[in-house]
Amino acid sequence: MLKLNHLVKTYATQKAVDDISFSVKKGCIFGLLGPNGAGKSSLLRMVTGITLPDRGEIIFNNEPFLLTKHSEQIGYMPEERGLYKKMKIGEQALYLAQLKGLSKSEAQAKINFWFNRLDMQSWVNKKVEDLSKGMSQKLQFVLTVVHDPKLLILDEPFSGLDPLNSEIIKKELFELAKNGSTIIFSTHRMEQVEEICEEIVLINKGKSILQGDVKSIKEQFKLNHFKLEINDELKGFDNHIISKKGNEYILHFNNHQDANAVLNYCIHQQIKIISFQEVLPSLNEIFINQVEGSAARQFTNN
Amino acid sequence: MNKTWLIIKREYWTRVKKKSFLITTILLPVLVACLIALVTYLAAKSEQKQLIVIQDESGFFINKLDTTDESYKTIYILPNVKESKKDFLKRKDADILVHIFPFKNNQPDSVIIYKEGGVSLSAKSFISRELDNIYQIKQMQDAGINKIQIDSINKSEIAIKSYDLENNKETSSEIAMAMGYGMGFLMYIIIFIYGAGVMRGVMEEKTNRIAEVIISSVKPFQLMMGKIFGIGLVGLTQFIIWLSLMGFMFLISQIVSPEIREAMHSPIIQNPEMQEQALQQVNGEFAPIIQTILHQNWGLIIGAFLFYFLGGYFIYAAMFAAVGSLVNEDPQEAQQLTLPVSMPIIFGIIILQATIKDPNSPLAIFGSLFPLTSPIVMLGRIPYGVPTWQIITSMLLLIGGFILMTWISAKIYRTGILMYGKKPSWKEVIKWIRSS
Repeated sequence: MLKLNHLVKTYATQKAVDDISFSVKKGCIFGLLGPNGAGKSSLLRMVTGITLPDRGEIIFNNEPFLLTKHSEQIGYMPEERGLYKKMKIGEQALYLAQLKGLSKSEAQAKINFWFNRLDMQSWVNKKVEDLSKGMSQKLQFVLTVVHDPKLLILDEPFSGLDPLNSEIIKKELFELAKNGSTIIFSTHRMEQVEEICEEIVLINKGKSILQGDVKSIKEQFKLNHFKLEINDELKGFDNHIISKKGNEYILHFNNHQDANAVLNYCIHQQIKIISFQEVLPSLNEIFINQVEGSAARQFTNN
Repeated sequence: MNKTWLIIKREYWTRVKKKSFLITTILLPVLVACLIALVTYLAAKSEQKQLIVIQDESGFFINKLDTTDESYKTIYILPNVKESKKDFLKRKDADILVHIFPFKNNQPDSVIIYKEGGVSLSAKSFISRELDNIYQIKQMQDAGINKIQIDSINKSEIAIKSYDLENNKETSSEIAMAMGYGMGFLMYIIIFIYGAGVMRGVMEEKTNRIAEVIISSVKPFQLMMGKIFGIGLVGLTQFIIWLSLMGFMFLISQIVSPEIREAMHSPIIQNPEMQEQALQQVNGEFAPIIQTILHQNWGLIIGAFLFYFLGGYFIYAAMFAAVGSLVNEDPQEAQQLTLPVSMPIIFGIIILQATIKDPNSPLAIFGSLFPLTSPIVMLGRIPYGVPTWQIITSMLLLIGGFILMTWISAKIYRTGILMYGKKPSWKEVIKWIRSS
């Protein structure tokens, strides 16, 4: 669906995007992670065609990406939300949808559909300045998807949304992906990524430092930690215990035998096992682990 | 192109539907008309003659002041009667008291004028003129010139008429000057109002961050041109409404005032002597002015005005759009950045001042050819008559200038509209222009 080959974008003071490549499958929800200033927005702007890469190429559906040709198949929601404050919401929606190539009647039908779906019918004659922040966020989302884009690019789609609206948007994203839209979104909120994304790329200082699907990345970074909860004290395994909270232990095993040995011990000692499970690192931990040390971006021109 | 059209439509309708547009477009001319009517009414009302009481201690001026004047009438108090200020205040119908002191060594000494609330300039000049006149006549008589000779000296006034060498039409340099200045100044206002409108529009899109959304659908150039054309159409609409209102009012004034109607319908006669007669046939003081206005080549003037209106607007709108794209939220920044754009406009208005005095000076010719000043300066020159080659060169240069400016502005705009944070330096901006 989308393929990025060795993209480079340099601004006056720094390399915002430095040789990034990845590809996104059709119908995938793809997470673009990175600390603030990592180059996420610069990268997304190139994918939307707003800016051109200095080097590298973007392949969209097996052909080189061209704004004039593909803009109608792309929906883009920038990080800083933008709408005309003094324009009526209905007119504004119609205008933006028509700019995406819909005819007036098509646009009106789609707007009605989405406004009904997300309970926004009463907004049509209001102005954006009358909306709360969360409401205008929701409106912006609708305006981004109104033309049924094949590729949806969302820059921090959940920032500023309350949990309720977050949930609504999340549900819509799953629905869109199920219907074949490809979704790329950037965020620095890891828990959302674990919940939503199938694949991720982690970038820092303009470089890709990690990519793949969420499960295998977690597998790759697992520390062989296990959580054991029992109703008695665990004795004799001191060299495996990493931390202890009451009778809840975090243990480290190098291999299966060790793990089984602990369980055997518990069983023989008639200790009741409440739970035993492998602890996979959260993306948050992986993220911090990977980004730390390299710290955040420094300006190259002092 | 289809999308640019959508943008033009939006820019146009959101502005035209605004209340402020309705107010400025329809209410403003009505307001101006009301103001003119009010002034005319007040002027007519004050036509009641003011009474000047003259206390002439010299006795020399008694009964000699002009009695036919439209604004003033006079009564005299003989030297032996003393009119104190208190006495004067008791008079109900009197407005001005003139106290002429006795002559010293057979020469006028001094004169004091009193009026409640201060003496108006016109009253003072009337009195001064009259007194000077009377005394001059006395001096001439003393020098041995007799009454008939004096009368003939006073009446002699050499009539001067100016004619255009080419078409033998009478020209009025006053009217040409007024028209030239009026049109040039109008142009100046139009450029500032609508140019600044473009800048504000761009700034709004940038600070609202809607620009980024739109630019993911259309090219920055389309957005910029859509805005420029849309606002230009708003200006044109406003202008056409004003013109029709003006025409409408002119029609009404014709019906109301027969003098204007007569002047309008009197034939334009090329021969100076016959014209003299024609003018004399028309009663009313409007006649010469209206005749001169009618003599103008209106086709050329209106055509040129429309051309320079569009050209001047477009060339500056492009520049204002570029400036708008450089501004972040800070309005002060906008002011600083506008300076390089407003400078040539202000130069234009300065050259215009010089142009209406001498429309064929090298400065005026330069100003009317240079694309950044020509919309203002050329309009100032046209009522005087401009060689055709100069008009054509000026128009071609304006078109070329517009293309160049739009090209440069589009490059600045493209980058600027997406730049947030620090204000870019001019050095950076030049780099944007150079980059392909």
